[in-house]
Amino acid sequence: MSPTAIYRKYELQNYIVYLGFIAIFLFFAVTLHDAGFTSTRNLTNILLQTAPATILAIGLVFALSAGEIDLSFGSAVAVSALSAAVVMQVLPMPFAILAGLGAGLAVGAFNGLLVAWLRLPSFLVTLATLGLFAGIARTMTDLRSIPVTNDFFTGFFGSGKLLGVPSLVWWTIIGIAIGHVVYRHTRFGAHVLATGDNARAAQVSGIKVPRIRFMVLTICGGCAGLAGLLYAGRLQSATYTLGESDLMIVIAAVIVGGTALNGGKGSIIGALIGSLLMGMLNNGLILMGLQVSDQMIVRGLIILVAVAASLRDTTR
Amino acid sequence: MTQSILSLTDIHKAFGGVVAIDNFSLELFPGEIVALVGDNGAGKSTLIKIVSGVHKPTSGTIRLDGDETSFSDASGAREAGIEVVYQDLALADQQPVYMNMFLGRELTKRPFGLLDKRKMMDDTQELVDELDVRIPSARATIRDLSGGQRQGIAIARATHWASKLILLDEPTAALGVAETARVEELVHSLRERNIAILIVSHSLDQVFRLSNRICVLRRGQQIGVKETAKTDKNEIIAMITGLQT
Ligand SMILES: Nc1ncnc2c1ncn2[C@@H]1O[C@H](COP(=O)(O)OP(=O)(O)OP(=O)(O)O)[C@@H](O)[C@H]1O
Ligand SMILES: [Mg+2]
Repeated sequence: MSPTAIYRKYELQNYIVYLGFIAIFLFFAVTLHDAGFTSTRNLTNILLQTAPATILAIGLVFALSAGEIDLSFGSAVAVSALSAAVVMQVLPMPFAILAGLGAGLAVGAFNGLLVAWLRLPSFLVTLATLGLFAGIARTMTDLRSIPVTNDFFTGFFGSGKLLGVPSLVWWTIIGIAIGHVVYRHTRFGAHVLATGDNARAAQVSGIKVPRIRFMVLTICGGCAGLAGLLYAGRLQSATYTLGESDLMIVIAAVIVGGTALNGGKGSIIGALIGSLLMGMLNNGLILMGLQVSDQMIVRGLIILVAVAASLRDTTR
Repeated sequence: MTQSILSLTDIHKAFGGVVAIDNFSLELFPGEIVALVGDNGAGKSTLIKIVSGVHKPTSGTIRLDGDETSFSDASGAREAGIEVVYQDLALADQQPVYMNMFLGRELTKRPFGLLDKRKMMDDTQELVDELDVRIPSARATIRDLSGGQRQGIAIARATHWASKLILLDEPTAALGVAETARVEELVHSLRERNIAILIVSHSLDQVFRLSNRICVLRRGQQIGVKETAKTDKNEIIAMITGLQT
């Protein structure tokens, strides 16, 4: 059998993320041993840093699986974090949480309305709202950062611990667990996949396709809202740039994790591994002492290779 | 005389100025296979879509078991026991067979309402065994199946859910000789279930092998309905084309 045939037969692209994860881990473990890559502290750090991207990735798996895409989380994260931070200055803390989540959900629902019922392509809608909300994030506080000082908030969404496990890790675990169960084991998840796979078949089978489209984009918004809260909690402040750099990383994490760009197929667990892989890459390149510009180049190239490997089989 | 399952009376359908169906009337009885034939654009698919609730007739009445009905969409017809096998099958290619079998009607289990995948797989396996649709497994992905196997799945799905009527729009158009024969066997075996079948086909050989009656359409006009045993191909061809042979 040729390598290509083996590749196809065992559907290796489904596992590429795990192989890649292990390969990159081993590479850094060896080359960066002295720089402390494998220290508990550093590994924990990677986990903490990837939490918001992992949450965003969960939403994106739902959107892509339904045949849609969300790009607007790149600015919805900032709008959510800023909303929470601003509200916290004038109202009791629970309202800040509601404001942050609500802002994300509102962005998602707005995208969803345009996509589901006006039938505008989600790529263009969310590209436009990405810009729109990036502008809103900038005007909200005149480009200023807002400090987040509430101890409960920064503990709950950032530096706190429960049973010795950091809260950001809890959020990751809870998000992945709920996402996975909903995606794989509920009728909603099945309808999302069917819609992305064959929207007409879904529709004649009685699935409310517009509602599914609306829901997945709203879920993306909700995830952006939560990611915004996590950033605000961890960094103890909110600024308009939050989430900007996540756009490429999250899309790459999800694709590398085995979710199809054109719908009908995906994996929440894969997205988690993809997200950890991106975080590890980021961390390793910094430890290697690369300049920011070199990091960007290397990361871009590695993502290109990873995405190519995971997409290879789709033309069959 | 037995009660008809489906009765269409003076059905008329126009798309803007284009008359797709004009004064169509037909009754279908339990255990009967009726073939709908006609040239391209004659209005066959349109008629199927009217019965399945996709299109609303401009005028005319549809009766199911003698009761007048009107479907607002395809879901309404499905709930009434009408299943359709569309020309393009309407299968979700990247999903497993069992999820397609239960598409839109997935089984769940208590207490959390999560999918009961095991039961869906078992039921699917039972059904494909019963209908002798040969697939590797109920978990197989649709796109790994052959055209005949897919067609088998689409028909099995319709059989599973239909309590009154199955509509088949060119079910063997894309199939080879052996696969066509398998599908025909399958359709034939459905007769015993006491449901009615309306099948659209361009193959007169097939129509004569399968049907009890043949209904001919030409440019939206109903040319006539013949008992298959009392007619022959030449007569049907003449009715389809409007030319004497
Ligand atoms: N949605 C629609 N809007 C406008 N016109 C339509 C529509 N659907 C069908 N028609 C017209 O109605 C007529 C009948 O079409 P229909 O698809 O029912 O033909 P058919 O008998 O199924 O043909 P074929 O054998 O090619 O499948 C055609 O003139 C077609 O152009
Ligand atoms: Mg047709």
